[in-house]
Amino acid sequence: MKTIYVDNNATTRVDKSVFEEMLPYFRESYGNPSSMHTFGGNVAAGITKARERVAALINAEPEEIVFTSCGTESDSTAIWATIEAYPDKKHIVTSRVEHPAIKNLFEHLSKKGYTVSFVPVDKKGNLDLDYLYEQLTPETAIVSVMWANNETGVIYPVDKIAAAVREKGIVFHTDAVQAAGKLEVDVKKNPVDLLSLSGHKIHAPKGVGALYLKKGTKFSPFLIGGHQEHGRRGGTENVASLVALGKAAELAKQRLSESTQKTAALRDKLEKNLLERIPNSMVNGDPQHRLPNTTNISYEYVEGEAILLMMNEFGICASSGSACTSGSLEPSHVLRAMGVPFTAAHGSIRYSLSGDNTEEEIDAIIEHTPPIIERLRELSPFWSQRKAS
Amino acid sequence: MWEYTDKVKDHFINPRNVGFIDDFDGMGEVGSLACGDALKLTFKLDNENIISDAKFQTFGCASAIASSSALTEMIKGMPLDEAAKVTNDDIAKYLGGLPKEKMHCSVMGRDALEHAIANYRGEEVKEKEGEIVCECFGITNLEIERAVKESGLTTVEDVTDYVKAGGGCGNCHDRIREIIQEVSSQSITERQKMENLTNIQKIKLIEETLDREVKPALNKDGGDIELVDFNNGTVFVKLHGTCSNCASSHLTLKNYVETKIKDLVSPELVVEEVTQ
Repeated sequence: MKTIYVDNNATTRVDKSVFEEMLPYFRESYGNPSSMHTFGGNVAAGITKARERVAALINAEPEEIVFTSCGTESDSTAIWATIEAYPDKKHIVTSRVEHPAIKNLFEHLSKKGYTVSFVPVDKKGNLDLDYLYEQLTPETAIVSVMWANNETGVIYPVDKIAAAVREKGIVFHTDAVQAAGKLEVDVKKNPVDLLSLSGHKIHAPKGVGALYLKKGTKFSPFLIGGHQEHGRRGGTENVASLVALGKAAELAKQRLSESTQKTAALRDKLEKNLLERIPNSMVNGDPQHRLPNTTNISYEYVEGEAILLMMNEFGICASSGSACTSGSLEPSHVLRAMGVPFTAAHGSIRYSLSGDNTEEEIDAIIEHTPPIIERLRELSPFWSQRKAS
Repeated sequence: MWEYTDKVKDHFINPRNVGFIDDFDGMGEVGSLACGDALKLTFKLDNENIISDAKFQTFGCASAIASSSALTEMIKGMPLDEAAKVTNDDIAKYLGGLPKEKMHCSVMGRDALEHAIANYRGEEVKEKEGEIVCECFGITNLEIERAVKESGLTTVEDVTDYVKAGGGCGNCHDRIREIIQEVSSQSITERQKMENLTNIQKIKLIEETLDREVKPALNKDGGDIELVDFNNGTVFVKLHGTCSNCASSHLTLKNYVETKIKDLVSPELVVEEVTQ
C-alpha cells in the first residue's frame, strides 16, 4: 500500500539532495571541526557554509546563527538565556496556543517564582494583541509568541508584536519552527531578538535545529562546555546534520514561492471537498491568516484517533487534536483555547501538506474520508440522537 | 502510535453487535462528549434470564469501540448473574490486553454493563456517591478507591489510565495520592490481622481467597485448584484439569496464585504444588 503522507507539520521526508550532501561527513570527512589539521578544518568549512545558508533563509548574519539539536533546544536556550540575563525581572509572557516546547517550559517557570501571562486567542485563533500589550511592564523579561501555529496553521503578526515589545525594552522570542519554509521569515522586516528553527520540518533530518540570536542580545549558554558555536553552545557539532540543515534552508528559500503556491492549491482543494462532502464538518483556524500547507478540520460526533486509524487502513497519515491520540485526556489545548466545543475538538484532524504531495494523493483522501466519517458516525450514540432530533 | 493487539484492531475495524435494541430489557449509558468517550449498551434476556442479544453504540477511540464490541460478544449467551460479575480486566483480557493508558476504555464497558443491569432490575445506580475528587472528569473518591483496590494501582498516572481522574488540570493529584495511601494502609492493616489468626483461621482465609480470586480464572481455561495443606507459611495446592498437565503450570502457580495469596492474605506466604 502506498503511503499518503499529509503530516508534514509533524515531520518531513529528508530531501534527496540534502541526504546526498550529508553522506561525505560520515565516512570521508569525519574529522573534528575543532582540530588543528586540515582534515578537521575542511569539516569546519562545511559548517561555515551551512551557517551562511541558514542565515540567508531568514535574512540574518551568519554569526547570528547558533546550531542546536532541535527546535525544543532552541526554545529552551532562548528562554533560559534571557531570564538568566535579567535575573531581577520575574514576569514572562506567552500565548495560550504555543507548542509544548514553550507551553510546558513556561508552566514550569510559573512554579519557579515566575509570573506568567498567557495571552488568549479568539474563535479563529487570532491573538488578543491588546491584552498582550497590557501585560508588558518593566518587570517583564521576555515575550515569546510563535510565528505560526503547528495545529491550525494560524499565523501571528510577529512584525507588530516584535516592534511593540522591543519598544519597551523587552526581549522578544518567536518559535518559527512551522513558519520556516512555508512563509517568508525575514528578521530584518520582523525585528525579533531570538528565533527558533528546526531541521526536520524543512526536509532536513531530525535532531538538528538553530537559534537566531540578534547581534547585541544578552546571552548565556544553555549547554555549557567547549568553545563550539563561539562558546554559545558546547558539544561537538553534529556535522552531517548541520550541513543538511544548511542545504535544506537553501532549498526552502529557492522553492518558497513555487512550493507554497502548489501546496496552497492542493490544501484548498482538499479542504473544499471534505467540507462539501461531509456534513457537520468545519475548519479550525482563521483561513485568512494561515500557513499555505495546513488545514485543521473537525468532524462532529466522532473521535479523532478512530478516524486516524481508519485512515491508516488506506495508508493516509495525518494527526489529530483528540485527547486519545496524545496520551493525555484533554483534547488539544490550542483548540480549547479557541473555544472549539468538545463535540468538535475530539474529532479534529490536521492535514499538513508539503511540496512532495500530488493531486492523486489529495483525490485519494477526498475519496476515502467521507465513508470513514459516516461509518464512525453510525457507531456513535450522539450521531443517532442528533439524527433523531 | 498505540500498540494495539490484533484482537483490538479486529474489533475496531469490524465491530460486532453495533446498534440499539428497541425493546431492550436493560440499557446503560455512560460517558459524555466532553469526556471524549461514551457508550450506550442495550441487552435483551430470554426466558431463562440469559442474555440473548446485546448491542452497543460508542463514541470514542479505537480501544473504546473495541472494548464495547468485546463486551457485547462476552455477555451474549451469559446468564445475567454471571454477566454482573464481568470486570474491566475481563474485557481487557478478552482483547489480549490494552495499553495502560487505555484501560479506562474497559472500565467504561464495565460501567455501562452495571448501569444496564441496574436498569433492568429497576435499581437506581448508585452514581456519584462520595466526594468528587477530579473536577475535570467528575470522578469521586469511591471510584478511585475501587480502581486502586481492584487493579492494585500505586501511582497517580495509574489512576488516570484506569479511571481518568487526574488527567485534566492536575489539581487533584495530591488528593489521589492520599487515596492511594489510604487504600494501601488499609490492606496492610488487613494483613497485620493475619498474624494474629489461629492456624485454622488462616487456612479458612486462604481457602476463601482461592475460591474468590483464583479458581474462577483457572476454571475459565478448564483448570482448577485445591488447597491440600498449610504448614509453617507454605501453602500446598494441587492443580487439576488442564492445569495439571499444562507446561506453564509452574508459572501460573508462582506468578498468579502466589501473587494473589501474597497480596490478599499475607506477603510472607509461599505457594508450593503437590504432585501425585
